[in-house]
Amino acid sequence: MNDKLRLGIIYFLLSMFGLFMIIPFIWMISTALMTQSEFNKHDSLFIPKERYHVWETAGEQQRVLFVQAKGDSTVVHVLNEELKIKEEYKTVPSSQVREIVKKPSLSWDNFIKAFNKVPFGIYFANTLYVSFVSLLGVLLTSFLAAYAFARMEFWGKNFFFLLFLSMMMVPEPIYLISSYMMLDKLNWLDTYKALIIPWCVNIFTIFLFRQHFRSLPKELFDAAMIDGASTFGMLWRIILPLSKPIIATASVFSLIGSWNSFMWPLVMTNRPELRVLQVGLSYFNQEASTQTTLLMAASTFSIVPILILFFLAQKQIIASAAKTGMKD
Amino acid sequence: MKTQWKSSPYLYILPAFLLLFLFRTIPVIMSLIIGFFKWEITGSGEFIGFENYKNMFADPVFWKSITNTLWFVAFVVPASIVFPLFFATLLNQIKRLKSLFRMMYFLPFVTSLVAVSIVWKIIFSEQAGLANSMLGWIGISPQKWLSESTGIFQLIFSTFGVQLPAWMGGPSQALVAIIIMTIWKGLGYNTIIYLAGLQNIPKDYYEAADIDGASKIKQFFRITIPLVSPTTFYVLLMTTIVSFQAFAQIYLMTDKGGPLDTTKLIVYYIYDRGFDALNMGYASAVALFLFIIVLGLTLIQKRLEKHVHY
Repeated sequence: MNDKLRLGIIYFLLSMFGLFMIIPFIWMISTALMTQSEFNKHDSLFIPKERYHVWETAGEQQRVLFVQAKGDSTVVHVLNEELKIKEEYKTVPSSQVREIVKKPSLSWDNFIKAFNKVPFGIYFANTLYVSFVSLLGVLLTSFLAAYAFARMEFWGKNFFFLLFLSMMMVPEPIYLISSYMMLDKLNWLDTYKALIIPWCVNIFTIFLFRQHFRSLPKELFDAAMIDGASTFGMLWRIILPLSKPIIATASVFSLIGSWNSFMWPLVMTNRPELRVLQVGLSYFNQEASTQTTLLMAASTFSIVPILILFFLAQKQIIASAAKTGMKD
Repeated sequence: MKTQWKSSPYLYILPAFLLLFLFRTIPVIMSLIIGFFKWEITGSGEFIGFENYKNMFADPVFWKSITNTLWFVAFVVPASIVFPLFFATLLNQIKRLKSLFRMMYFLPFVTSLVAVSIVWKIIFSEQAGLANSMLGWIGISPQKWLSESTGIFQLIFSTFGVQLPAWMGGPSQALVAIIIMTIWKGLGYNTIIYLAGLQNIPKDYYEAADIDGASKIKQFFRITIPLVSPTTFYVLLMTTIVSFQAFAQIYLMTDKGGPLDTTKLIVYYIYDRGFDALNMGYASAVALFLFIIVLGLTLIQKRLEKHVHY
């Protein structure tokens, strides 16, 4: 086959696939920018042009709602400045009624309305708090454990590593109920502790750090030891500065993971003040189930922070996902 | 290296170990035990032996959720292997725009399941949904999607005037909508994994095949598929395990696993019994059953991997 044609087909197929992957997002944003009546009317799939009718008399223009045309005359509702109906079923000459098409109507109100309808501000704050505190925990526990696994010899090393690995492989739904009962006994239900402390350890990060420590030259560790640095001092002063890129990658993964976690916070918290973003969004999904455009607006702003993070770090995210096989 | 006692290795793994032991090991062991108790909400339980398991096997909704889950896995897993392999192979052959495509494919994977479930619920809405509009362009009448409990095979055959019996109906159209959304969510991740796998195949093999005059399609089946098989096993294992755990999309896109329980997957069933019906012992028994399935599948796939490895 002709090489150019082959390449053309490849690009076409890849583009079609790409479109399939992002069209839900495009539709989400464009629906979020519609008014509910524009969406319900279903004239256009994406952001519609703004259409309305005006009634022009003697140089004066008034907004009207079109009801129906009857030969030479047209029945309209006349609207006031606030677009409320001022006069119902007024019959006017058709020649005086004009349709205005402006493009496109962007209704940013949905974002504000959705944000204020339920306390999304609190949900965002909760999510940020939980994500960053557990990130600190994950980095600390992983850094220490990974160092031991990469650079120290001790009895039971492989056993412990396998134990860590197998524990992290157990699917969340398996231990959800027993965890709930345990946190209940600890009186941790409905507290930040329940959302943070169990998630201060992450085998993926330990794995990532262990690989990194192994890639650092052995001489570096030995030299520091000879200089009399304590192991901890060496970790802090020499290894940590060399690990900034890998810490950044691990942080991005940890943040995405805790930002998106849903089942655990759904089960472990009940009080509205403790709702994290995903849980808040799921309640909003029930409360505003008919207000499609508000739901789309809320979905949009709930993923924006992750999208920004993704665009900033997409090379590292994709590269390390490919390398280590991360799966939430 | 000398090991100094003042900085014992055990001290380094202690924080991670403690957290894992407390919040993983103990709950996993507990869940083995709780299943043998009648444990309502909280408080002390009453030992009832295999009662929960007996009730579980006698509950038609449990079997319904197992059937649903098997259909779900049977659709999601093959699609999550075939499409990513195909598109990764294409992606591996181009130079320009490669990172743009990669980014587009990966986008659904990083966004939250809750947000995209809401979006897909609206995509599948009967009135103004994107799915029905797109079907309209190719002349297919609007579908009920998430509120359709009729099996998908039944629906397809009935358009040709063939009435299938209900037991041959397959997953409901509602479940198919969830399946489509779930496949979409994971495609990009698997594509990236496959792309990494493909890049490990030495270019020489393809060059040699070119010289021998093998067609690209033949090369795909004779070189790519065998050599990428370790990746395939990884993708197979991970996708299967994750598919068995689907929950958020059911919670958000359906009305409690409806219509007629046709989208009730096993994890939703566990959630339903544990936190809605507040029968923790029973829910734990079902969770253990799921654990055994997932563990069994993992072991089988690990065993197979050793045989197929090139």
